[in-house]
Amino acid sequence: MAEDSVKLLGYWVSPYSLKVKWALKLKGIQYQYVEEDLKNKSPMLLQYNPVYKKIPVLVHDDKPLAESLIILEYIDEVWKQNPLLPIDPYERAKARFWAKFADDKCVPALVAAFSKKGEEQERAVKEARENLKILESGLEGKRFFGGETIGFVDIAAGWIGCWAQMTGEIIGIKLIDAETMPLLDSWFQDFLEIPLIKECMPPQDELLEHCKELHTKF
Amino acid sequence: MAEEVLVFGAWGSPFSRRVEMALKLKGIEYKYIEEDLTNKSPSLLKYNPVHKKIPVLVHNGMPVAESLVILEYIDETWKDHPILPKDPYERANARFWAKFIDEKCLSAIFKACWGEEYEHEKAEIEHEKAVKEVSELLQLLENELKEKRYFGGETVGLLDIAANTIGYWLGVFEEASGVELLTREKFPKLCNWANEFVCVTAIKENLPPRDKLIAYLRNRFGAGNASK
Repeated sequence: MAEDSVKLLGYWVSPYSLKVKWALKLKGIQYQYVEEDLKNKSPMLLQYNPVYKKIPVLVHDDKPLAESLIILEYIDEVWKQNPLLPIDPYERAKARFWAKFADDKCVPALVAAFSKKGEEQERAVKEARENLKILESGLEGKRFFGGETIGFVDIAAGWIGCWAQMTGEIIGIKLIDAETMPLLDSWFQDFLEIPLIKECMPPQDELLEHCKELHTKF
Repeated sequence: MAEEVLVFGAWGSPFSRRVEMALKLKGIEYKYIEEDLTNKSPSLLKYNPVHKKIPVLVHNGMPVAESLVILEYIDETWKDHPILPKDPYERANARFWAKFIDEKCLSAIFKACWGEEYEHEKAEIEHEKAVKEVSELLQLLENELKEKRYFGGETVGLLDIAANTIGYWLGVFEEASGVELLTREKFPKLCNWANEFVCVTAIKENLPPRDKLIAYLRNRFGAGNASK
Protein backbone atom coordinates (compact mmCIF):
# COMPACT_ATOMS: atom_id res chain seq x y z
CA MET A 1 0.00 0.00 0.00
CA ALA A 2 1.36 3.46 -0.86
CA GLU A 3 3.22 5.02 2.03
CA ASP A 4 1.36 8.29 1.86
CA SER A 5 -1.99 6.65 2.53
CA VAL A 6 -0.90 5.98 6.14
CA LYS A 7 0.39 8.76 8.34
CA LEU A 8 1.26 8.67 12.04
CA LEU A 9 1.43 11.85 14.08
CA GLY A 10 3.55 11.16 17.14
CA TYR A 11 6.08 12.39 19.64
CA TRP A 12 9.44 10.69 20.02
CA VAL A 13 9.21 10.33 23.79
CA SER A 14 5.60 9.17 23.92
CA PRO A 15 4.97 5.47 24.59
CA TYR A 16 1.51 5.94 23.10
CA SER A 17 2.79 6.74 19.63
CA LEU A 18 5.44 4.06 20.14
CA LYS A 19 2.71 1.41 20.52
CA VAL A 20 1.29 2.38 17.15
CA LYS A 21 4.76 2.29 15.54
CA TRP A 22 5.24 -1.22 16.89
CA ALA A 23 1.89 -2.39 15.49
CA LEU A 24 2.60 -0.90 12.07
CA LYS A 25 6.08 -2.43 12.03
CA LEU A 26 4.82 -5.84 13.14
CA LYS A 27 2.40 -5.88 10.21
CA GLY A 28 4.91 -4.46 7.74
CA ILE A 29 2.85 -1.37 6.96
CA GLN A 30 4.60 1.53 5.26
CA TYR A 31 3.72 4.90 6.71
CA GLN A 32 4.79 8.49 6.92
CA TYR A 33 5.80 9.60 10.40
CA VAL A 34 5.19 13.19 11.50
CA GLU A 35 6.92 14.38 14.66
CA GLU A 36 4.74 16.81 16.61
CA ASP A 37 6.05 19.56 18.83
CA LEU A 38 3.63 19.26 21.74
CA LYS A 39 4.39 22.79 22.92
CA ASN A 40 3.37 24.06 19.51
CA LYS A 41 0.79 21.69 18.08
CA SER A 42 0.40 21.70 14.33
CA PRO A 43 -2.85 22.81 12.65
CA MET A 44 -2.92 19.30 11.18
CA LEU A 45 -2.99 17.69 14.65
CA LEU A 46 -5.69 20.06 15.87
CA GLN A 47 -7.72 19.34 12.76
CA TYR A 48 -7.31 15.57 13.01
CA ASN A 49 -7.91 15.30 16.76
CA PRO A 50 -10.10 18.22 17.74
CA VAL A 51 -11.55 16.43 20.76
CA TYR A 52 -8.34 15.69 22.65
CA LYS A 53 -5.68 17.52 20.57
CA LYS A 54 -3.24 14.72 21.41
CA ILE A 55 -0.94 12.28 19.70
CA PRO A 56 -0.93 9.59 18.49
CA VAL A 57 -3.19 10.13 15.52
CA LEU A 58 -3.23 7.62 12.70
CA VAL A 59 -4.46 8.97 9.39
CA HIS A 60 -5.48 6.33 6.87
CA ASP A 61 -6.67 7.52 3.46
CA ASP A 62 -7.27 10.95 5.00
CA LYS A 63 -9.44 9.52 7.78
CA PRO A 64 -8.06 10.27 11.25
CA LEU A 65 -8.13 7.96 14.26
CA ALA A 66 -7.19 8.83 17.82
CA GLU A 67 -6.62 6.96 21.13
CA SER A 68 -3.83 4.40 20.96
CA LEU A 69 -5.79 1.25 21.88
CA ILE A 70 -8.52 2.13 19.42
CA ILE A 71 -5.87 2.70 16.76
CA LEU A 72 -4.35 -0.72 17.53
CA GLU A 73 -7.74 -2.42 17.07
CA TYR A 74 -8.26 -0.56 13.79
CA ILE A 75 -4.85 -1.58 12.48
CA ASP A 76 -5.60 -5.18 13.44
CA GLU A 77 -8.93 -5.13 11.61
CA VAL A 78 -7.64 -3.53 8.41
CA TRP A 79 -4.34 -5.40 8.03
CA LYS A 80 -4.89 -9.06 8.85
CA GLN A 81 -1.29 -10.34 8.77
CA ASN A 82 0.42 -11.00 12.13
CA PRO A 83 -2.79 -10.57 14.14
CA LEU A 84 -2.61 -8.73 17.45
CA LEU A 85 -5.83 -9.99 18.97
CA PRO A 86 -6.58 -13.72 19.24
CA ILE A 87 -9.55 -15.26 17.42
CA ASP A 88 -11.50 -16.55 20.40
CA PRO A 89 -13.95 -13.95 21.83
CA TYR A 90 -13.11 -14.82 25.43
CA GLU A 91 -9.38 -14.48 24.83
CA ARG A 92 -10.05 -11.19 23.04
CA ALA A 93 -12.04 -9.95 26.02
CA LYS A 94 -9.16 -10.86 28.33
CA ALA A 95 -6.71 -9.02 26.08
CA ARG A 96 -8.87 -5.88 26.03
CA PHE A 97 -9.31 -6.13 29.78
CA TRP A 98 -5.58 -6.26 30.51
CA ALA A 99 -4.67 -3.54 28.01
CA LYS A 100 -7.25 -1.30 29.71
CA PHE A 101 -6.00 -2.28 33.16
CA ALA A 102 -2.43 -1.34 32.25
CA ASP A 103 -3.54 2.07 30.94
CA ASP A 104 -6.08 2.86 33.66
CA LYS A 105 -4.30 1.46 36.71
CA CYS A 106 -0.58 0.93 36.15
CA VAL A 107 0.23 4.06 34.18
CA PRO A 108 -1.35 6.71 36.47
CA ALA A 109 0.38 5.15 39.49
CA LEU A 110 3.72 5.27 37.65
CA VAL A 111 3.16 8.86 36.65
CA ALA A 112 2.30 9.77 40.25
CA ALA A 113 5.38 7.95 41.53
CA PHE A 114 7.42 10.01 39.10
CA SER A 115 5.87 13.39 39.77
CA LYS A 116 4.91 13.40 43.45
CA LYS A 117 6.97 13.70 46.59
CA GLY A 118 6.87 12.48 50.17
CA GLU A 119 3.84 10.55 51.37
CA GLU A 120 1.98 10.96 48.08
CA GLN A 121 4.92 9.40 46.27
CA GLU A 122 5.09 6.55 48.78
CA ARG A 123 1.43 5.79 48.21
CA ALA A 124 1.89 5.97 44.44
CA VAL A 125 4.87 3.61 44.56
CA LYS A 126 2.88 1.13 46.62
CA GLU A 127 -0.04 1.35 44.23
CA ALA A 128 2.21 0.99 41.18
CA ARG A 129 3.80 -2.14 42.59
CA GLU A 130 0.43 -3.64 43.53
CA ASN A 131 -1.02 -2.98 40.12
CA LEU A 132 2.05 -4.31 38.34
CA LYS A 133 1.71 -7.45 40.41
CA ILE A 134 -1.90 -7.77 39.32
CA LEU A 135 -0.84 -7.22 35.70
CA GLU A 136 1.58 -10.10 36.15
CA SER A 137 -1.34 -12.40 36.94
CA GLY A 138 -2.74 -11.63 33.51
CA LEU A 139 0.28 -13.31 31.94
CA GLU A 140 -1.05 -16.62 33.29
CA GLY A 141 2.48 -17.98 33.32
CA LYS A 142 2.98 -17.42 29.58
CA ARG A 143 6.06 -15.90 28.07
CA PHE A 144 4.09 -13.10 26.44
CA PHE A 145 0.46 -12.07 26.86
CA GLY A 146 0.05 -13.20 23.25
CA GLY A 147 1.47 -16.65 24.08
CA GLU A 148 4.70 -17.65 22.35
CA THR A 149 4.63 -14.51 20.21
CA ILE A 150 3.66 -10.95 21.07
CA GLY A 151 0.08 -9.77 20.76
CA PHE A 152 -2.24 -6.94 21.67
CA VAL A 153 -1.44 -6.59 25.37
CA ASP A 154 2.30 -6.91 24.79
CA ILE A 155 2.22 -4.03 22.31
CA ALA A 156 -0.19 -2.05 24.51
CA ALA A 157 1.70 -2.48 27.79
CA GLY A 158 5.21 -3.75 27.04
CA TRP A 159 6.65 -0.23 27.14
CA ILE A 160 5.83 0.03 30.83
CA GLY A 161 8.85 -2.08 31.77
CA CYS A 162 11.33 0.38 30.31
CA TRP A 163 9.54 3.45 31.69
CA ALA A 164 9.10 1.89 35.13
CA GLN A 165 12.79 1.06 35.25
CA MET A 166 13.74 4.59 34.20
CA THR A 167 11.36 6.08 36.77
CA GLY A 168 12.85 3.85 39.44
CA GLU A 169 16.32 5.08 38.56
CA ILE A 170 15.30 8.72 38.63
CA ILE A 171 13.32 8.66 41.87
CA GLY A 172 15.70 6.22 43.53
CA ILE A 173 12.99 3.66 44.33
CA LYS A 174 12.73 0.33 42.54
CA LEU A 175 9.33 -0.26 40.99
CA ILE A 176 9.81 -3.58 39.26
CA ASP A 177 11.21 -6.18 41.54
CA ALA A 178 12.60 -9.34 39.94
CA GLU A 179 12.02 -11.11 43.27
CA THR A 180 8.40 -10.22 43.86
CA MET A 181 7.43 -10.03 40.17
CA PRO A 182 9.66 -12.57 38.42
CA LEU A 183 7.29 -13.30 35.54
CA LEU A 184 6.57 -9.64 34.84
CA ASP A 185 10.25 -8.82 35.01
CA SER A 186 11.19 -11.52 32.48
CA TRP A 187 8.25 -10.53 30.28
CA PHE A 188 9.47 -6.94 30.10
CA GLN A 189 13.01 -8.07 29.34
CA ASP A 190 11.96 -10.58 26.67
CA PHE A 191 9.67 -8.02 25.08
CA LEU A 192 12.30 -5.31 24.86
CA GLU A 193 14.76 -7.78 23.31
CA ILE A 194 12.57 -8.43 20.29
CA PRO A 195 14.32 -6.80 17.29
CA LEU A 196 11.34 -4.90 15.90
CA ILE A 197 10.52 -3.62 19.35
CA LYS A 198 14.07 -2.53 20.04
CA GLU A 199 14.41 -0.85 16.64
CA CYS A 200 11.47 1.48 17.21
CA MET A 201 12.49 2.54 20.73
CA PRO A 202 13.78 6.08 21.14
CA PRO A 203 17.51 6.19 21.95
CA GLN A 204 17.77 5.14 25.60
CA ASP A 205 20.26 7.77 26.72
CA GLU A 206 18.26 10.60 25.13
CA LEU A 207 15.06 9.23 26.65
CA LEU A 208 16.65 9.08 30.09
CA GLU A 209 17.99 12.63 29.76
CA HIS A 210 14.59 13.88 28.72
CA CYS A 211 12.88 12.19 31.66
CA LYS A 212 15.48 13.42 34.13
CA GLU A 213 14.94 16.95 32.91
CA LEU A 214 11.18 16.54 33.14
CA HIS A 215 11.58 15.33 36.70
CA THR A 216 13.36 18.49 37.80
CA LYS A 217 10.24 20.42 36.93
CA PHE A 218 8.22 18.67 39.67
CA MET B 1 -24.01 -27.93 26.28
CA ALA B 2 -26.77 -25.78 27.73
CA GLU B 3 -25.70 -22.17 27.65
CA GLU B 4 -25.49 -20.34 30.95
CA VAL B 5 -25.29 -16.57 31.01
CA LEU B 6 -25.12 -14.68 34.29
CA VAL B 7 -25.06 -10.92 34.78
CA PHE B 8 -23.93 -9.44 38.08
CA GLY B 9 -25.24 -5.91 38.34
CA ALA B 10 -26.80 -3.15 40.41
CA TRP B 11 -30.28 -1.86 39.66
CA GLY B 12 -29.28 1.78 39.36
CA SER B 13 -26.03 1.31 37.45
CA PRO B 14 -25.96 2.40 33.80
CA PHE B 15 -22.98 0.10 33.34
CA SER B 16 -24.68 -3.16 34.25
CA ARG B 17 -27.84 -2.00 32.44
CA ARG B 18 -25.73 -1.67 29.28
CA VAL B 19 -24.93 -5.36 29.44
CA GLU B 20 -28.58 -6.27 29.92
CA MET B 21 -29.60 -3.99 27.04
CA ALA B 22 -27.18 -5.70 24.68
CA LEU B 23 -28.28 -9.19 25.71
CA LYS B 24 -31.92 -8.20 25.37
CA LEU B 25 -31.34 -6.71 21.91
CA LYS B 26 -29.85 -10.01 20.80
CA GLY B 27 -32.52 -12.10 22.47
CA ILE B 28 -30.09 -13.87 24.79
CA GLU B 29 -31.54 -15.45 27.93
CA TYR B 30 -29.63 -14.69 31.09
CA LYS B 31 -29.89 -14.85 34.85
CA TYR B 32 -29.53 -11.55 36.65
CA ILE B 33 -27.93 -11.28 40.05
CA GLU B 34 -28.44 -8.07 41.99
CA GLU B 35 -25.37 -7.12 44.00
CA ASP B 36 -25.43 -5.15 47.20
CA LEU B 37 -22.39 -2.97 46.58
CA THR B 38 -21.97 -2.32 50.29
CA ASN B 39 -21.75 -6.05 50.88
CA LYS B 40 -20.29 -7.71 47.79
CA SER B 41 -20.97 -11.37 47.30
CA PRO B 42 -18.21 -14.01 47.31
CA SER B 43 -19.24 -14.81 43.72
CA LEU B 44 -18.60 -11.25 42.55
CA LEU B 45 -15.24 -11.19 44.27
CA LYS B 46 -14.39 -14.53 42.67
CA TYR B 47 -15.46 -13.47 39.18
CA ASN B 48 -13.90 -10.00 39.29
CA PRO B 49 -10.99 -10.20 41.70
CA VAL B 50 -9.13 -7.36 39.99
CA HIS B 51 -11.72 -4.59 40.27
CA LYS B 52 -14.38 -6.18 42.50
CA LYS B 53 -17.01 -4.26 40.55
CA ILE B 54 -20.16 -4.80 38.58
CA PRO B 55 -21.00 -5.50 35.85
CA VAL B 56 -19.60 -8.95 35.32
CA LEU B 57 -20.89 -11.25 32.61
CA VAL B 58 -20.31 -14.95 33.24
CA HIS B 59 -20.71 -17.12 30.17
CA ASN B 60 -20.56 -20.85 30.83
CA GLY B 61 -18.50 -20.16 33.93
CA MET B 62 -16.10 -17.73 32.26
CA PRO B 63 -16.19 -14.17 33.60
CA VAL B 64 -15.83 -10.97 31.60
CA ALA B 65 -15.55 -7.58 33.32
CA GLU B 66 -15.66 -3.90 32.25
CA SER B 67 -18.88 -2.91 30.49
CA LEU B 68 -17.42 -1.89 27.11
CA VAL B 69 -15.26 -5.04 27.01
CA ILE B 70 -18.41 -7.04 27.81
CA LEU B 71 -20.36 -5.35 25.00
CA GLU B 72 -17.67 -6.30 22.48
CA TYR B 73 -17.63 -9.87 23.83
CA ILE B 74 -21.41 -10.10 23.49
CA ASP B 75 -21.25 -8.84 19.90
CA GLU B 76 -18.52 -11.31 18.96
CA THR B 77 -20.20 -14.28 20.63
CA TRP B 78 -23.81 -13.79 19.51
CA LYS B 79 -23.85 -12.63 15.92
CA ASP B 80 -27.57 -11.75 15.55
CA HIS B 81 -28.46 -8.06 15.68
CA PRO B 82 -24.87 -6.80 15.51
CA ILE B 83 -24.19 -3.71 17.61
CA LEU B 84 -20.96 -2.73 15.91
CA PRO B 85 -20.81 -1.82 12.21
CA LYS B 86 -18.73 -3.91 9.79
CA ASP B 87 -16.51 -1.12 8.54
CA PRO B 88 -13.31 -0.81 10.63
CA TYR B 89 -13.31 2.99 10.55
CA GLU B 90 -16.89 3.20 11.77
CA ARG B 91 -16.12 0.63 14.46
CA ALA B 92 -13.18 2.74 15.62
CA ASN B 93 -15.43 5.78 15.64
CA ALA B 94 -18.05 4.06 17.80
CA ARG B 95 -15.36 2.91 20.24
CA PHE B 96 -13.86 6.40 20.35
CA TRP B 97 -17.12 8.06 21.34
CA ALA B 98 -18.03 5.32 23.82
CA LYS B 99 -14.67 5.88 25.55
CA PHE B 100 -15.24 9.64 25.39
CA ILE B 101 -18.58 9.29 27.14
CA ASP B 102 -17.12 7.13 29.90
CA GLU B 103 -13.95 9.12 30.46
CA LYS B 104 -15.18 12.67 30.02
CA CYS B 105 -18.94 13.01 30.29
CA LEU B 106 -19.99 11.21 33.43
CA SER B 107 -17.60 12.93 35.81
CA ALA B 108 -18.32 16.33 34.24
CA ILE B 109 -22.07 15.78 34.57
CA PHE B 110 -21.70 14.71 38.14
CA LYS B 111 -19.59 17.74 38.97
CA ALA B 112 -22.17 20.08 37.44
CA CYS B 113 -25.00 18.45 39.37
CA TRP B 114 -23.41 17.75 42.72
CA GLY B 115 -19.92 19.22 42.45
CA GLU B 116 -17.51 20.01 45.19
CA GLU B 117 -18.35 22.33 48.02
CA TYR B 118 -17.05 25.81 47.42
CA GLU B 119 -17.23 29.02 49.42
CA HIS B 120 -20.27 31.02 48.43
CA GLU B 121 -18.56 33.54 46.15
CA LYS B 122 -16.68 30.82 44.28
CA ALA B 123 -19.63 28.43 44.11
CA GLU B 124 -21.49 30.30 41.41
CA ILE B 125 -18.44 30.64 39.16
CA GLU B 126 -17.34 27.04 39.62
CA HIS B 127 -20.85 25.81 38.95
CA GLU B 128 -21.05 27.85 35.75
CA LYS B 129 -17.73 26.46 34.64
CA ALA B 130 -18.90 22.90 35.29
CA VAL B 131 -22.13 23.48 33.37
CA LYS B 132 -20.19 25.03 30.48
CA GLU B 133 -17.91 22.01 30.35
CA VAL B 134 -20.85 19.62 30.13
CA SER B 135 -22.33 21.82 27.41
CA GLU B 136 -19.17 21.55 25.35
CA LEU B 137 -19.07 17.79 25.74
CA LEU B 138 -22.73 17.41 24.81
CA GLN B 139 -22.16 19.62 21.77
CA LEU B 140 -19.55 17.17 20.52
CA LEU B 141 -22.07 14.34 20.83
CA GLU B 142 -24.77 16.45 19.17
CA ASN B 143 -22.40 17.01 16.24
CA GLU B 144 -21.52 13.34 16.08
CA LEU B 145 -25.17 12.30 15.87
CA LYS B 146 -25.70 14.41 12.73
CA GLU B 147 -28.97 13.43 11.03
CA LYS B 148 -28.95 9.84 12.22
CA ARG B 149 -31.83 8.36 14.13
CA TYR B 150 -29.45 6.51 16.42
CA PHE B 151 -25.68 6.75 16.81
CA GLY B 152 -25.66 3.28 15.25
CA GLY B 153 -27.64 4.49 12.23
CA GLU B 154 -31.04 2.95 11.63
CA THR B 155 -30.77 0.62 14.61
CA VAL B 156 -29.38 0.90 18.12
CA GLY B 157 -25.68 0.09 18.30
CA LEU B 158 -22.84 -0.11 20.79
CA LEU B 159 -22.48 3.65 21.01
CA ASP B 160 -26.18 4.14 21.73
CA ILE B 161 -25.96 1.58 24.49
CA ALA B 162 -22.80 3.19 25.88
CA ALA B 163 -24.59 6.54 25.70
CA ASN B 164 -27.34 5.26 28.01
CA THR B 165 -25.81 7.55 30.61
CA ILE B 166 -26.74 10.47 28.36
CA GLY B 167 -29.99 9.03 27.07
CA TYR B 168 -31.58 8.32 30.44
CA TRP B 169 -29.37 8.80 33.47
CA LEU B 170 -28.53 12.40 32.58
CA GLY B 171 -32.22 13.35 32.67
CA VAL B 172 -32.58 11.67 36.04
CA PHE B 173 -29.50 13.48 37.40
CA GLU B 174 -30.97 16.75 36.16
CA GLU B 175 -34.27 16.16 37.90
CA ALA B 176 -32.65 14.94 41.12
CA SER B 177 -30.27 17.90 41.35
CA GLY B 178 -32.34 20.61 39.70
CA VAL B 179 -29.52 21.42 37.28
CA GLU B 180 -30.48 21.80 33.61
CA LEU B 181 -27.95 20.44 31.17
CA LEU B 182 -29.51 18.70 28.16
CA THR B 183 -31.80 21.47 26.91
CA ARG B 184 -33.86 21.12 23.77
CA GLU B 185 -32.87 24.53 22.44
CA LYS B 186 -29.17 23.76 22.55
CA PHE B 187 -29.26 20.04 21.79
CA PRO B 188 -32.32 19.25 19.64
CA LYS B 189 -30.77 16.21 17.98
CA LEU B 190 -29.52 14.70 21.21
CA CYS B 191 -32.91 15.25 22.85
CA ASN B 192 -34.68 13.59 19.94
CA TRP B 193 -32.24 10.72 20.10
CA ALA B 194 -32.77 10.31 23.86
CA ASN B 195 -36.54 10.15 23.33
CA GLU B 196 -36.18 7.51 20.62
CA PHE B 197 -33.60 5.60 22.62
CA VAL B 198 -35.72 5.08 25.70
CA CYS B 199 -38.60 3.84 23.53
CA VAL B 200 -36.68 0.91 22.09
CA THR B 201 -38.07 -2.21 23.78
CA ALA B 202 -34.74 -3.73 24.77
CA ILE B 203 -33.75 -0.40 26.31
CA LYS B 204 -37.08 0.52 27.92
CA GLU B 205 -37.30 -2.79 29.74
CA ASN B 206 -33.89 -2.18 31.25
CA LEU B 207 -34.22 1.28 32.71
CA PRO B 208 -34.33 1.62 36.48
CA PRO B 209 -37.53 3.26 37.80
CA ARG B 210 -37.13 7.03 37.64
CA ASP B 211 -38.55 7.92 41.05
CA LYS B 212 -36.56 5.26 42.81
CA LEU B 213 -33.37 6.48 41.15
CA ILE B 214 -34.08 10.13 41.97
CA ALA B 215 -34.73 9.26 45.60
CA TYR B 216 -31.53 7.23 45.75
CA LEU B 217 -29.44 10.03 44.19
CA ARG B 218 -30.84 12.73 46.45
CA ASN B 219 -30.30 10.54 49.46
CA ARG B 220 -26.74 9.69 48.49
CA PHE B 221 -25.50 12.99 47.08
CA GLY B 222 -27.77 15.66 48.51
CA ALA B 223 -30.08 18.20 46.99
CA GLY B 224 -27.80 19.23 44.15
CA ASN B 225 -26.20 22.36 42.73
CA ALA B 226 -29.17 24.17 41.23
CA SER B 227 -28.97 27.90 41.90
CA LYS B 228 -31.09 28.62 44.88
